[in-house]
Formats: sequence, C-alpha cells, structure tokens
Amino acid sequence: MAAPVDSVGKPSAERSPFNSTSFQKKTRSKLISIPGTRPSVQNGQLLVSTGVTSLDYLLGGGLAVGTVLLIEEDRYDSYSRMILKYFLAEGVVCRHELFVAAAQDNPDDILQELPAPILDDVAIHKPVDQPRLSCEPQDSLDAMKIAWRYQNLPKVQSALASTSRFGHYYDVSKTMEPEIRQAAKCHRFYLPEHPTQSSTTHSPMIESYSALLKSLQEVIHREGFDIAASMPKSRNILRVGLHSLGSALWGDDLSCHDNPRHSHALTTFLYGLRALLRSSLAVAVVTVPSHLIQDRALMGSITRLCDNAIALESFKGSERETNPLYKDYHGLLHVHQVPHLNCLASQLPDHKDLAFKLKRKQFTIEVCRQGYSVQSNCLSRKLSIHPFHNVTDCNPSSEKPVCTFVCYWVTKSKVKLLIVLCWCQSYYSVTFRGNRV
Amino acid sequence: MFTELNSILNSTPDSFTKGEFIFVSDRQSDASFLIHHFLSFYLRARCKVCFLGLVQSFSHYCAISQRLGVSLAQAKEKGQLIFLEGLKESLSILIPQEGHTENQAMDFLRDPTVGLRSLYKFVQSSLNSSSSGEDGTEEWGPSVLLVDDISVLLSLGVSARAVLDFSHYCKATVCSQLQGNMVMLVRCDGEDEGDDGDDEGSELLLRGLTHQCSLTLHVQGLPTGYCRDIHGQVEVCWRRRQGDGQHTQKKLFQYKVHDKGASFFARGTSSAVL
Repeated sequence: MAAPVDSVGKPSAERSPFNSTSFQKKTRSKLISIPGTRPSVQNGQLLVSTGVTSLDYLLGGGLAVGTVLLIEEDRYDSYSRMILKYFLAEGVVCRHELFVAAAQDNPDDILQELPAPILDDVAIHKPVDQPRLSCEPQDSLDAMKIAWRYQNLPKVQSALASTSRFGHYYDVSKTMEPEIRQAAKCHRFYLPEHPTQSSTTHSPMIESYSALLKSLQEVIHREGFDIAASMPKSRNILRVGLHSLGSALWGDDLSCHDNPRHSHALTTFLYGLRALLRSSLAVAVVTVPSHLIQDRALMGSITRLCDNAIALESFKGSERETNPLYKDYHGLLHVHQVPHLNCLASQLPDHKDLAFKLKRKQFTIEVCRQGYSVQSNCLSRKLSIHPFHNVTDCNPSSEKPVCTFVCYWVTKSKVKLLIVLCWCQSYYSVTFRGNRV
Repeated sequence: MFTELNSILNSTPDSFTKGEFIFVSDRQSDASFLIHHFLSFYLRARCKVCFLGLVQSFSHYCAISQRLGVSLAQAKEKGQLIFLEGLKESLSILIPQEGHTENQAMDFLRDPTVGLRSLYKFVQSSLNSSSSGEDGTEEWGPSVLLVDDISVLLSLGVSARAVLDFSHYCKATVCSQLQGNMVMLVRCDGEDEGDDGDDEGSELLLRGLTHQCSLTLHVQGLPTGYCRDIHGQVEVCWRRRQGDGQHTQKKLFQYKVHDKGASFFARGTSSAVL
C-alpha cells in the first residue's frame, strides 16, 4: 500500500468506549511520524517532498510514499538529472536513506554533485555527543553555568528545525558539503560492478534489471523499510533514484531498435518496482530517455506502470531558444499522470502549458504565458489564455448546430474580448490562441 | 456503487442480467472508477466475487470501497471475495528466492510465452469451490469475475492472443457454465491507430474483447480538451441478441468523479455549465 496515515481516516474505530471516568485520552498510536514527511490533505497519504517545491505542488502536495515518479528526460539529460539531484539532496537534509543506481556514471559522482541546501535554520546533523557524566572535570569558572538540575543530563542536539519543514531550497552553484552528505546513509548500485550472469529463466526482464531489483529488495529487507516488518524503532523513508533506465548502458535495446528484442524488460521491471514500493516505506524517482524510444505505445505502458509521470522538454539547441516568447524559461514541463491512490478522483493540475526555469536558488515551474502582440504602436499586453475545449461536435441527428462569434477590440489600455453565444446546447468558453511572434 | 450508473444500465443489486460480459475500456483517461463501482455493486448483490487486482494493492481497493460503503476485508473473511493481489504474488517470482512457496497464478511472469493457463486455473478453482457445498457457510449468489486491468498483461510480455484465449475460457466458465457475470478493464493508448503495427497488441485485444462482450463501456477524455468539471465521456453500448440478429444500442454520457462516487449526465448538462 502507499502508506496511508491510518488514524486520519478512521476515527470511529479508534474511539474508545466510555467507562467510569469521564475523561478518556484518545490514543493516536497508529500515526506514523517520520521526519520529512507530512500527510496529504486529500486522502491522508504520507507525502515526501521532491526537493522542488513547485513540483510538489503540481503533484498534489508531494510524492506519496510507495509510488514512483517517472521523469522523461530532456534531450541532454541536464534538467532531469538536476531534479534527481534535488530529490536526493532533499533526502539528505531530511535524513532519509538513499539508494542510487546508475549505469553510466558512478553513483558516487552523482552524490558528490548534490546541490547545497540553503540552511538558515537547519543545524548540521552531528552524531549525538556522549552523555556527560558527573565525574567529568569541572568546567572553568568562566563557562556559563546551567541550572544544576540539568547539569547531568546528556547534551542533545537541538531538534532540527528542518524536520518540521517540508521542502527546502538549494543553491545550485555550490555542492553539498561532505559532512552533511556523509551523515546520510547511501546505498549504491553501479551496474559495471555487478557482472551479469546469463539467466536460465525465460523471464522478459533482462539480467541488469533483475540484479537491480534484487539489490533493492535486499536493502529494503536489511534496513527495515518493509511496512510489514515489526520493528518498533523509528521508521525512516528510503529514497530510490534510478538514472536513465531504458538506455543502452543498462543492456536494454529499447532505445536503439524499432522492434526491440527486450521490449518488455523495462515494463516488467517497473511492475516489480511498484510491487516492492507498495509494500515498503520507499519512494522512487526514475528517469527514462523517452526521446530515444520510438514506440509511443510502449512509452504509454511505461507511463501507466508509474504513478506520477512528468516530461521535460528543454529549449537548449532548439529554435525555441531564441524565441522571445520563451526567453524567460529554460524549457517546458508536461504532467502526464498524477496518481489517485486510495481515492476515486485525481488532482490533475489545472494548466497544461507549464514551463520551468532553473535559477540559482530555485527551480521554478510556472504557467507559460503566451504573449499576444497586436500592433507595434499599441501596448503589447500579455494575455494568459488557457486552452479550453471549444465548440463541441454536433450530432446532426439530435442537436442543433452551434455557432459562436468572437469579437475583440484593442483599446489604449486593454484588449477586450466579447464572446457572442448563440444557441448554447453545450458549454464552451474561450479558445483563443495568440499568434506566435 | 453509483446510483446514476445503475439507472443507466437498468440494474440494481437485487435484479441484474446474469451471464453478462461487461467490457470496460479507456483511452487517454482512467476508467478504474468503473471497476470500483462494479466491485461494490456485486458485493452488495451478495454475489461471490473473484477479483484479479493486478495493478494496485489490496489496501487501495479497501480504502475506496469503504467510501462506497462496502468492506472488502469483511467480505474476504466471510469468503465472499477472493482477491488475487498480483503485485504481492509477482515479487516472489520476479526475484527468485529459495524455499518460497508462490501462488501458481502469476506463473506467466516466469515465462510469458506459456500463456495464462495457470491464471485461468486459479479463477476456476476459486469460483468453483462454492459449488462443493460446504454446509455452515453462507450461500452466495452467482459468481462474478472482475479483472482490473487485463492490459497490464500485455506489458508483461503475454501475447494478445493468449489474453484473448484466457478471456474466452473465463467467459465459457463464468458466464455460460456458472451463469455469472464478468467485468474486464483494458487501458489503451491515446493515439488512434496512427502507427501501424506498433500498438497491435492493445488494439487487437480491444477489438477481440469488444466482439466477445455483451456490454461495453468506453471511457474517453473529452474530444475538445481537458476540463476540470467534466472528466470525460462514457459511451455505453449494449449488444443484445434478439432472435434474428444483433441489436446494438449506444448512449453517450459525460461524467465527473467525486470523492465518493461519480455523476453521469447527458452531454452539455453538467452542473458546471447550467
């Protein structure tokens, strides 16, 4: 299951019956409280931050624990790799455990490139000092004296202010300091270190994916991330980052051939990954070079096997780079899928045309405002017009034809739109695409 | 259970047509809300249900069914619901471990070319166990088979022909022999057969199952784009056999999915518009 926060949804089951005393303390023993997570407001699921706050908002508040986020890479794998690094950096700051798998670069290299968090109120996590014994030599008289009743208590680090915060900001120009990074536990899977044995089964999954799945399961069992594991100690989240699955370096010919021999290797792996994650306190981010995969139907089944799916399209090297419309942005972001786990309705973002920009201290995702410039001597107002559905198809047998007129005129200060409706059998609103300059 | 859908399909938990094969498909949309409807509907109708949940965990269905007023855990305990949790069973096969007994139903993961025979045997054994006549247990109504997302089998390497064979065998057992009902969900891609041969499997499955079924519910996104208040349209198609020939009747509705159900309305009559 994608771990629901149990007590939120079922108060009736927990309410204890009245007995002789009038006061009854409600125990919320089932509430899982893990640093760096928060319950979703929609369905009480446990969410973690992706490291990019605007992406969290698009995905409905964050990534649900037990789900997979698929990122379709941009052409040069720059921004998708950046998001993967944000995700891992967020795990370090929240003190989650990391699992990084890559075939191309050593996971250590990826971990060394993590962006530095902007720490204004975050204390660097140091191992807790040994408790002070009363037989220690006395402090110098200049040291500040603490009240005697507290003198013998062990010194503990003040609670990290960051654990109560959800989502942090990172400075891309600096890399994370080694002390912070080494405080987090990282598990690595570098494909060249795992020699592939030829498999005897006829399973559609290739050996590299099998080895990866097996390694991930071992880590989950060993470190106690199973939901079913009966470990009373504090639970933690495992963040899994899988880089460039489906590329040729994983041994997969999905991105090389039109009719790949292992066409179901990646999909079978994703099915197994979903099975693993649903039964553990883990969340995964997978990047796939979808621009190399010719088969759109296969891309569709890959998307359906992941819970969240976004695609990045960068402007670098394309003719849009010099387009003045897009001068504020680095690329477009498409949200293909948002999950609806444990509830019927899903929360797709309202706007379909989103663009992103990587600034030094923030990765912003905004609605891309298409400009519309009327005349040279007129104020070129930027209108944000979101494509809606326009006039619906008319069924000649039952409905009367519908026609619309759209008039507009430009005044000194604004562009006025007047929509004349006649005979509205169906609903519609403005569909207006500005001319691209 | 969605009351509006019940009135559209002219069925109530007390009286519904038996021996029906209901085929739910979607394109560029998510029709799984219909599976939740049928699950709660048949459980309320006191039928014996075999549910092949291949894509989501049991707790997901539990949580949603609870909002629809049905308790899956209770039904499973009483023996009314037999649930195959595909994800959980698949792990022991995908990651081979020694000494681990696995459910034979998901054997096709080991070698997809073998086909879905073991899955069919699982369905047969679970639905036939009621007829062995154990006294003391409750008597359930006609058997029902629900499959959540049979198209995921195509992604796992099973050929479309094997899936069609499986559905034919299930139809023969469930609909004809046991006089029960069957509901299957297929998810297709957005492109309308633009690429030749690329999506052969999914389209073949779609056409084959449409031919076999007696009631089709095809869910699509709105042809004019995305709208927040109207999530899509459902095309309901009855294929009745009346004496001399086939008689098909089609109806088109638009729907919106809420937290606790879905509302269906005629085109253009959404509450957001009127």
